[in-house]
Amino acid sequence: MLRIAKEKLNALYAKINESMGLFIPVKRAGEVNYEIWKEGKEVSLETLKTVKSPKNMFFPSTENMMKFKTEGKALEIVDVRDEKKPFVLFGVKACDYKAIEVLDKVFLADPVDTFYQARREATTIVTLACSRPEESCFCGVFGIDATSPLGDATSWLDESYLYVQANTEKGEALIALIKEFVEEGGDAEVKAQQEKTTEILKKLPFAQLDLSRFKPENLNELFEAPQWEELSEACLGCGTCTFVCPTCQCFDIRDFKTHDGVIRYRCWDSCMYSDFTLMAHGNSRTTQMQRFRQRFMHKLVYYPSQNDGLYSCVGCGRCVNKCPQNLNIVKVIKTLGGKKND
Amino acid sequence: MIEETLIPKIGVITDIRKDTPDVKTFRVVGTDGAKLFEHMPGQCAMVSVPGVGECMFSITSSPTNKEYMEFSIKKCGCVTEVLHALEVGAYVTVRGPYGRNFPVEEDFKGKDLLFIAGGIGLAPLRSVINYVRHYRENYGKVVIVYGARSMDDLVDFDEIKTEWMNEKNFEVYLTIDRPQEGWDGHVGFVPAYVKELGLDPNMTAVLCGPPIMIKFTLAGLLELGFDKSRVFTTLELRMKCGVGKCGRCNVGDKFVCKDGPVFRMTELDELPDEY
Repeated sequence: MLRIAKEKLNALYAKINESMGLFIPVKRAGEVNYEIWKEGKEVSLETLKTVKSPKNMFFPSTENMMKFKTEGKALEIVDVRDEKKPFVLFGVKACDYKAIEVLDKVFLADPVDTFYQARREATTIVTLACSRPEESCFCGVFGIDATSPLGDATSWLDESYLYVQANTEKGEALIALIKEFVEEGGDAEVKAQQEKTTEILKKLPFAQLDLSRFKPENLNELFEAPQWEELSEACLGCGTCTFVCPTCQCFDIRDFKTHDGVIRYRCWDSCMYSDFTLMAHGNSRTTQMQRFRQRFMHKLVYYPSQNDGLYSCVGCGRCVNKCPQNLNIVKVIKTLGGKKND
Repeated sequence: MIEETLIPKIGVITDIRKDTPDVKTFRVVGTDGAKLFEHMPGQCAMVSVPGVGECMFSITSSPTNKEYMEFSIKKCGCVTEVLHALEVGAYVTVRGPYGRNFPVEEDFKGKDLLFIAGGIGLAPLRSVINYVRHYRENYGKVVIVYGARSMDDLVDFDEIKTEWMNEKNFEVYLTIDRPQEGWDGHVGFVPAYVKELGLDPNMTAVLCGPPIMIKFTLAGLLELGFDKSRVFTTLELRMKCGVGKCGRCNVGDKFVCKDGPVFRMTELDELPDEY
């Protein structure tokens, strides 16, 4: 185990920033989100949950995919993909790190999405263990250990030090880069923190959610469940849950006319929107109940069915905190997940 | 350039045939004059007019055609409206092929085949019917039942009359919804006509058309004794990527773009009713 004195962290960020980009939780107008580090920005590693997940580092909310140029009748496609500068994504919590695995299974599956892949390969991920989980956290339900996330390197934070340990070659390389800031030590402190956090995690209100009914063989039974009507009744279809969700990956592809051609870009979309499945001749999901059901069935049944049982919820609790109508996946799990929820 | 499925190829329209008042068939090749890519019957491609949008269409020409691809497109939305306004020589973009094809080399081989289509539903079937004609000796008897609103709405009417009707061991039955001057053929809806024809239930059947036609025709076939595991159809839902990533076209845990568009009726029975 290695450790870095907290007062040296700003100098460490500057050092990383000399050769790589650095994305790190930064406080701005009272909210904390991942941003490109610059001298003077207020880094907030202590914040448990960034408002948005770090998914936009690999899957930006909008990204240009290609450009079309026309000259007379002729049409030319310009590849706008540029070489991605290496960067470090710093401070990723265990839930958000697991979410990257969930996204990988979509974007890196054949045929590989090269836009996502380029960013993913250019990144070194440093995770940060949680020490003060909140009431809305339930990552443990999905088998995630918030006290020891993986990634290229893992870090732990206490009042005096940031402790760090490399897990991969990329992680080793990063530690070699910052060796002037590190010293040996911290095994006992990290172990003590992990034990303390584990005790808190056990007592969280959603720690014992039962997922046992969410199995591919129950797909049709769950789809037909009469409870969807009541569960979705208050849904406004605002899509907030999908935008703050670290695993939601639905996107739209659109064209934008500019002064010298057409830009085709992709942007986040939401299955909660009425025009998501709208076609010229009709819509396969005409009610908000159907759209609501799609979102949760995808996370808890469809996605696991396609990916060896891996759920596409990581228990980050952002939807619990952000839904304006107080609807969320916890309520769905409690209603439909299994007997032990009663 | 690194291979990326979402980045299309450029196609040139070399021929436009007006099939019906609202269906045109577009012939497309690459800028070098060669066919853009190979496909199998039932597979689809994303066609776009840059600046307007991109849509999924079934490739209606047979894979045995090595010179070009054809798309039969009905004018019914914002992209198709612009496509219909294009002229020969216009550029479009094409990417694909996407999806699972008809099992022409597996289940269909050596079998008597029944094709039932309604309206523009003939587009995906034309590819497989012409594939079967090309490898005629590999397949048994072929029966085609095709219906449209009127005589003018029958897609590929010329090819049906001059080629399919004269093909060896082919039976072609056409029907239109309402009587019309100049039409001496059958009048009535496809599902009723299928039952009237008293078809041999040992045939392998392929249905394509509006959902309501598929629903009633399937019921009719089951009454005649057809086995659901030997009845195939195609689904269509909104798509953006074509490769199971954009999250739009799923029915339960299947994506129509990559697990479909061709489905066996027994497979559809296992999926939730949301298409």
